[in-house]
Amino acid sequence: MKNDIILSGVGGQGILSIAAIIGLAAVANNIFLKQSEVHGMSQRGGDVQSHLRLSDKPVSSDLIPYGKADLIISVEPMESLRYLPWLSDEGWLITNSNPFINIPDYPSLNEILEEIEKIENHVIIDADGIAKEAGSTRSGNIVILGAASPYIDMPFASLENAVKELFGRKGNQIVEANLKALRAGRECSVK
Amino acid sequence: MKRVLLLGDEAIAQAALDAGLSGMYAYPGTPSTEIMEFIQSSKEGSEGNVHREWSSNEKTAMEAALGMSYAGKRAMVAMKHVGLNVAADGFINSAITGVNGGLIVVSADDPSMHSSQNEQDSRFYGKFAMVPCFEPSNQQEAYDMVFDAFEVSEKFKLPVLFRITTRMAHSRASINLRTTLPQKKLLLPADPLQFVLLPAIARKKYRLLLSSYESLRYENLISKYNFFKDGNKRDLGVIACGISYNYFLENAGESSNDFPVLKISAYPFPKELIKEITGRCKAILILEEGAPVLEEAIRGILDDGIKIYGRLDGTVPRDGELNPAIVAKALGLPVKYGHDVPTLVKTRPPSFCNGCGHADMFNSLNEAIKPYGTGHVFSDIGCYTLGALPPFKAINSCVDMGASVTMAIGASDAGLFPSVSVIGDSTFTHSGMTGLLDAVVKNSSVTIIISDNSTTGMTGGQKSQATGRLEQICEGMGVSRAHIRVITPLRKNNAENVHIMQEEFEYKGVSVVIASRECIQTAAKRRRSENSNE
Repeated sequence: MKNDIILSGVGGQGILSIAAIIGLAAVANNIFLKQSEVHGMSQRGGDVQSHLRLSDKPVSSDLIPYGKADLIISVEPMESLRYLPWLSDEGWLITNSNPFINIPDYPSLNEILEEIEKIENHVIIDADGIAKEAGSTRSGNIVILGAASPYIDMPFASLENAVKELFGRKGNQIVEANLKALRAGRECSVK
Repeated sequence: MKRVLLLGDEAIAQAALDAGLSGMYAYPGTPSTEIMEFIQSSKEGSEGNVHREWSSNEKTAMEAALGMSYAGKRAMVAMKHVGLNVAADGFINSAITGVNGGLIVVSADDPSMHSSQNEQDSRFYGKFAMVPCFEPSNQQEAYDMVFDAFEVSEKFKLPVLFRITTRMAHSRASINLRTTLPQKKLLLPADPLQFVLLPAIARKKYRLLLSSYESLRYENLISKYNFFKDGNKRDLGVIACGISYNYFLENAGESSNDFPVLKISAYPFPKELIKEITGRCKAILILEEGAPVLEEAIRGILDDGIKIYGRLDGTVPRDGELNPAIVAKALGLPVKYGHDVPTLVKTRPPSFCNGCGHADMFNSLNEAIKPYGTGHVFSDIGCYTLGALPPFKAINSCVDMGASVTMAIGASDAGLFPSVSVIGDSTFTHSGMTGLLDAVVKNSSVTIIISDNSTTGMTGGQKSQATGRLEQICEGMGVSRAHIRVITPLRKNNAENVHIMQEEFEYKGVSVVIASRECIQTAAKRRRSENSNE
């Protein structure tokens, strides 16, 4: 078993929470893991990415080699395209459709979506809308994780447990909202 | 055995706690910040009453850690690579005084400059100071090494340099934890003159250091992290330092047994170790994350031995961090890229958060300085350095911590008027205060704008030593009370703030404008924690 995952988005959009949930689930399943994060300057509204590597054998490199990623999970559509050199031929691209516009030359959303659709295996969902319906506007990142979950080789229940573990400190209400977001995201892509 | 998921930084912090740490000292700096943060939030830290407050700068942190060691207890000090320049005086001399309790100096290098002004390699400092230097290749090794580093430190009475790089610091892996050791008891050095570097004593101690450094080469606690593994190939052998070993393994995969490989993760080591591999192979490839430190040493000046590939001959790029593709190419292996990045993808540089006080300060400053033309504003290290980028384009320098104040003084000496410094509150107490004293003593015509967000913002909002003290510090340094102006950087105050700045530009002496408004990230975090405590 091997899942090499690129998580992408803009600083502050919560990709590190996605990474933390998958990481906790991996440890619970005794899966080897390395996960490289971006801290510091780029976290101020710049593009951020995390390389997450899961395997049943020890993982060597902290970074995923080009052309080897099985998944790109992105909370922002333009950012999902930035990491295409890492995506393998059979890899899946899962992205939020809602743009985060903080630069003056942000391209047209339609053209971005056309580029994403050129990738054979892709899932585009309105994660922000789904999060809102689930009653937690800030959980778009968790919705995206839910949508990506069928492509991660781990039982869904262990992702649910990891959500409980990560958000447990913040109270039951937050845990339930995030679980709802996770499940709603999953439904979108198994449909 | 307990297993936990930790960042490299956190693994080092956890190891220090488990190895009986009594004092952690640091100034925030990417990619080292999480070491102190982990200790501050740990149960072991509070239960063991481990010292875990931030220091004003890396020099004060280094010296306080040396004081903890003097008293016989285990201490760690952590900083980013450029922080070691600030701490260098204490660091280099601590090798000559030696230590009492174990002392580890963690320096986190940032090759490719993700969040830094340069990519200097801290291993140079290890050799310079002649102290043992550890360079872990993975998170588990980093955890285990801390225990040995403390032992080496106490056995040889030397500080130990612990060199990590960004990908080690900020990558997470699961770690097997060891049984914990108790903290050491207070015990003063046996020799009361050990730490007194008067020339007569320093000469003796320096000779002792020279001989210690040679015996370190044969110390098992160090050499166990360096090993040679032979392979079938004779045309190319690989020397891989620190995390470059991972990129080698990643690429060589199943055929990693074919390459003779020498893994180096601790210094100094005996010359014979290098001959193990150079004696067997027609050529060697040297992989180092950072500068060609080992490569230069192996090539020497004559460079007439076997063929050496590395950063100096262009096989590996001379600058920047390594990655699997660079190492694949260096090994002569193919690299297969996925899809091209569509041309419509635009760069997304970091920017001020919406509602940031620095942005309002820069808007006022730009308006205030406009009549004088461009080129008057020196700045410093922090979030506000983003004022260099459009739409602000407000600053003309960013060099090192505190340099905005002193460069403004020098430019004013040369006749620049007005000469303005923009510095953050935490950077000001780190290294700006002494410059301000220079300005006061010679009555320089400078205006220092302290953009005070009451936190160390860029590194994620650590406590600032300056909070609540800036006016008193400036007044105490001798700035005239009438020329210490406090403003609130908000759009509605713009006209007034522009006016105040211009008044102070025109003053022919030292003036300080404190633009004070809490970082919106820290404020939001504070409100969230207040709400959850209700």
